[in-house]
Amino acid sequence: MNIVVCVKQVPDTATERKLRSDDKTLDRDAVDGVVNELDEYAVEEALKLKEAHGGEVTVLTMGPGKATETIRKALAMGADKAVHLTDDALHGSDALSTSYAMAQALKKIGFDLVILGSESTDARTGVLPAMLAERLGTPQLTLANKVDVDGSSISVQRLTDYGYDKVEATLPAVVSVVEKINEPRYPSFKGIMAAKKKPVETLTVADAEIDAAQVGLGAAWSQVVDFAAAPPRAAGTIVKDEGDGGAKVADFLASKKFI
Amino acid sequence: MSEILVLVEQVDGEVKKVTLELLTLARSLGSPSAVWAGPGATAEAKAKLAEYGADKIYVAGSEEIVGYVVAPKAELLAQLVSAQSPAAVLVAATAEGKEIAGRLAVKTDSGVITDAVGLGEGFVAEQSIFGGGVNVQAKVAKGTPIVAVRPNSTAPVAAAGAGAEEEVSVALTDSAKAARIVERVKQEKGARPELTEAAIVVSGGRGVGSAENFSVIEGLADSLGAAVGASRAATDAGWYPHQFQVGQTGKTVSPQLYIAAGISGAIQHRAGMQTAKTIVAINKDPEAPIFELADYGIVGDLHQIVPQLTEEVNKRK
Repeated sequence: MNIVVCVKQVPDTATERKLRSDDKTLDRDAVDGVVNELDEYAVEEALKLKEAHGGEVTVLTMGPGKATETIRKALAMGADKAVHLTDDALHGSDALSTSYAMAQALKKIGFDLVILGSESTDARTGVLPAMLAERLGTPQLTLANKVDVDGSSISVQRLTDYGYDKVEATLPAVVSVVEKINEPRYPSFKGIMAAKKKPVETLTVADAEIDAAQVGLGAAWSQVVDFAAAPPRAAGTIVKDEGDGGAKVADFLASKKFI
Repeated sequence: MSEILVLVEQVDGEVKKVTLELLTLARSLGSPSAVWAGPGATAEAKAKLAEYGADKIYVAGSEEIVGYVVAPKAELLAQLVSAQSPAAVLVAATAEGKEIAGRLAVKTDSGVITDAVGLGEGFVAEQSIFGGGVNVQAKVAKGTPIVAVRPNSTAPVAAAGAGAEEEVSVALTDSAKAARIVERVKQEKGARPELTEAAIVVSGGRGVGSAENFSVIEGLADSLGAAVGASRAATDAGWYPHQFQVGQTGKTVSPQLYIAAGISGAIQHRAGMQTAKTIVAINKDPEAPIFELADYGIVGDLHQIVPQLTEEVNKRK
């Protein structure tokens, strides 16, 4: 089975993240990049499926040069090879452009199964897996907390507000996984050393047959009009519990008409 | 007035509160048309939609629409966008709502904005990003604006619309029928409101100390008619089910009132609750960052304070 895992480098959520004042895009230089946490579950799920069914795991990332750090992490976990879609023309791409560019790269790579994390911790739109399924014309098996493959059949448990749906489809398919579907492995020392020798192919916009007019900030289907640091919340009242803390909170809630 | 499509969220024929919020919002910008996807559009449900301002109600009652993952709903909306040329399409910013919005955006070659917490003139949406640290105004530059609006972004206000019903039939493409739902498994969730929709959320964290002790949090939640949430520390420890996690990698909530008990308030958690209107924090560590957000904070032991608060709430009801 040919599995492609899409990973994204995102700013470390523990650091202060900013938008650039010039073009209102994420300031990627100002922060440390890390693997999007939810993508680690996708990598782990891909490795588990490969271990059970055989095949190959390819990592696909789209992003600037420093995103190679993210690729190495996924390779160190055990992925076989990687494709880095990188081009200045892609800077500032929104979800529509990104899904288009990624779909082009996926068509180029070929796949039986595409696996992604359910969302990224930076933009948090959660739309990319669905957009990819739409663009690729493949079944959408998203928000999965369980994935089973049997030959060319695939079934997942899709999380819903009321519990979950059992969903079935035929490969090729696009899957997104939720946190806690598995326990992502830590790269071993051997894995880290081996990752340095694994092949990483670079794809440009031209290589992936992406129409440059459909990507990047200039092509964006949505735009940031303005942004500002959120005003700090007005300082609240903080009191020490003197044995009547519960009653005091109740007074506060009553003053706000919650009770 | 220009037509605005609002995709109805419903459970077993009951219209969810977020849909009434979306209709209220749509009314301020145009003429709302509710879109009912699937069977179960009862007379009561339609009356409710009209009561909150739906001038038109499109009903696509085919069982097929709910038999497959997301794609049929996107096809239904795309068909209506093409036939009606609405000024905008609003969906609830739930996990599924955002997926529908995403597919619809691709289908109609339109821009999409997710997790709006407000929507104004010219469909300029307000968003709160990076864990609530930055406020953004964004708008769609191409196509029909598609906006996924977070629950609790506005208060639902009734104002009757014409409620003219129109039946819609959709011929689904094969690719929309590629991911088949073979079973719906409903898990017991009791009488509590849904986490992302609830007006009040009571969350417990590391300070709760054990799975058993979450009954204290649940007791307070029930006294207030609130949903129960948990920090990542609590769900990672296995004290509370993972689907109730509020935070960066869990659910995002925007309730009227958020009570954080035994939660320190790390960025991971703040990202999921910072847009709550009123925040109350209970923590024994006076240095806990949650107090920076709190409108009202009590430094002390939640195991003393929360039961006392529950008793007070019950007494004053």
